[in-house]
Amino acid sequence: MPDDEFSSPGVPSELQEPPLSTELAEDETAAPESDAELTAAAPEVLADSLGDYLNAQWRRIKSGESGALPVVAGLIVIIIFFQIERSKFLSALNLVNLFQQSAIYILLGAAEIFALILSEIDLSVGYVLGVGGFAIAELIAGPVNLPWWLGIICGIAITGAIGYLQGSIITRLHIPSFVVTLAGLLFFQGVVIELATIDKSAVGGVISVSPTSPVFKLVNDNISVAASWIILVVVVAIYAAFSIRRAAHRRARGLTAPPLSITLLQIGAAAVGGIVLVYVCSINRGLLTSLKGVPYVVPFVLLVLLGYSIFLGRTRLGRYMYAIGGNPEAARRAGINVQHVRRLAFVFSAATAGLAGLCYVSQLGSISTGVDGGTLTLYGVAAAVIGGASLFGGRGKPLHALLGGLVIAVVYNGLALMGISAAGQLIATAIVLLAAAAIDSLVRRRGSTGV
Amino acid sequence: MSTSDSSATERVPPVSSSNGAPLLELRGITKRFGPVQALTRIGFEIPPGQVTALAGDNGAGKSVTIKTIAGLWPPDEGELVWEGKPVHFHGPRDAEAAGITTIYQDLALADNLDIVQNMFLGHEPLERGFLDEAKMELSAKQTLEELSVRTIRSIRQPVASLSGGQRQSVAVAKAVMAKAKLVIMDEPTAALGVSQTRTVLALIKRLASQGVAVLVVSHNLNDVFAVADRIVILYLGNMVAQGRASEFDPSSVVDYMTTGRSSRTVGNGAAGAGKAE
Repeated sequence: MPDDEFSSPGVPSELQEPPLSTELAEDETAAPESDAELTAAAPEVLADSLGDYLNAQWRRIKSGESGALPVVAGLIVIIIFFQIERSKFLSALNLVNLFQQSAIYILLGAAEIFALILSEIDLSVGYVLGVGGFAIAELIAGPVNLPWWLGIICGIAITGAIGYLQGSIITRLHIPSFVVTLAGLLFFQGVVIELATIDKSAVGGVISVSPTSPVFKLVNDNISVAASWIILVVVVAIYAAFSIRRAAHRRARGLTAPPLSITLLQIGAAAVGGIVLVYVCSINRGLLTSLKGVPYVVPFVLLVLLGYSIFLGRTRLGRYMYAIGGNPEAARRAGINVQHVRRLAFVFSAATAGLAGLCYVSQLGSISTGVDGGTLTLYGVAAAVIGGASLFGGRGKPLHALLGGLVIAVVYNGLALMGISAAGQLIATAIVLLAAAAIDSLVRRRGSTGV
Repeated sequence: MSTSDSSATERVPPVSSSNGAPLLELRGITKRFGPVQALTRIGFEIPPGQVTALAGDNGAGKSVTIKTIAGLWPPDEGELVWEGKPVHFHGPRDAEAAGITTIYQDLALADNLDIVQNMFLGHEPLERGFLDEAKMELSAKQTLEELSVRTIRSIRQPVASLSGGQRQSVAVAKAVMAKAKLVIMDEPTAALGVSQTRTVLALIKRLASQGVAVLVVSHNLNDVFAVADRIVILYLGNMVAQGRASEFDPSSVVDYMTTGRSSRTVGNGAAGAGKAE
């Protein structure tokens, strides 16, 4: 560097002197500029030992990056409350019931998360669920009589196409998603009624699914106890092998990796969770005949969420969704086709609502024009927000939908056990939603003032 | 586009002096917006491996000039000569493909993504269809080390948690990662405090020492003299002076910036107007 060219008179001396090259940068290396940057990184990245990890995690919580902690804590508090009020709340029968009920809320929350990540909203999911449910029920029944799997594929494809249509209107005509999907909510309610009217087999607007159909069995039938345990062992083993190998792989390439103790702790936690789940489902919950095993819908929902987690976290398209939610202009300048990704987000949202429709039909064994899509939509948004997704875009994971959906199902289920009316349930859900948003806002505000 | 491991290592060798051919030459660039004459026959050279400062008061045409180079607004007259050949950029993509990266004041970083994710946004390497995080982390780390960016504790922290100077560093590293030959920086120190300004200026010099041509737009004279090898001064859409930084002093630059001429000369062979032709 030609430092001799800096000999102009009148320039403050500190700027003329040579140290501009390397020393300047180094005098800041000793102390990072603020605590904020220490806390912002994931604790796994900073920790060398278990103690470090817990320390980093605690710093993160204190600074407002609480992650899933408030909703997990809230969930536990609500569960304890209901257990005190009604001792059968934590019975095997009721817990399995709860898992079955929560599937719809979790999937609707996941649908909403695709929209929320891009700081959009999808208000149509409730009746897209209705359209998907009707499509599947009608396609596998007479006179069409498609095989069950083809019926499901067609139903999901139809809802995906609905998402593409809504996404195209939003991106091509530049109408806010709020308006387009609100129109969708009304329009598809009309479509649901029309579908029931056209179909002559729909008596009184109700289409039933045969109890022998796998569509019905998804929620109402169980994996045998032995198979449940085998699947659990296989899944935990795959997870363990995968995470240990990944950490070793990273260490071999000179990258930071969580210490083995943390990896083992995470595997252990997953194993304990799985064991509790399978154990609860393995208790005989039948009153007259024996009834036990994990309902098919539980691994189904978990598999969908795992797929979405991999998609959002490990593929380019998923990365671009977060980037657009964080800064659409940066995404555009990085060469990302922002409008295309936006359209796809609505496809994912609507197709996931279609999966929720499948669970809906399966759970009730039928679908009717009485499907309350408006409330379901709002439960979907609530599940995503309670779980920790941001309404302002860029933040949200399928895990949030799982937690938020469970909270809503627990409140719904617990209040029903206590014999509280629908009115009371709505009011209680509203309070939980507000409480979750308030805790999130308070914790985060504390964090942001620290920066 | 894929970014290979070699991206961080294969660099243009440093060019020490300005006797070599310029990387980019502007010849008689004129730009009008309706009746407004934004640029009048602007002409100057940007050599590789050096920092060229583009100075001028508000409204002098600095922004129009960099947007013309970046391919946003094609010139009405005149031409850009890139690596010895006349080029016509029909959009920012063209300029980027040629090797010109512009870092605007907003930096274009996604706050919710971490440093690595931002640096590779739009051209993430894949491994069997999935993001190759290890590869990204390694090259991001290497690039930041080569730029001597050492104040960042973890490259896995979200950009939202970084200071202004660190964000600027990430934006520069992103440009290096994209194999930019010319990096245009629009007021890189405008929003920074004293110590962060020094960090960023040091970073700019280091970038140039790696053989990259840097065009810094600034109206902060301290910064200009601290960092620039060459200075180009615009006044009301005209290029009124260009030359080596040693040929100017702050008073003469102020004269040029505010009146378009200066009676003072520091070095010999002073930087006069009219080199545009």
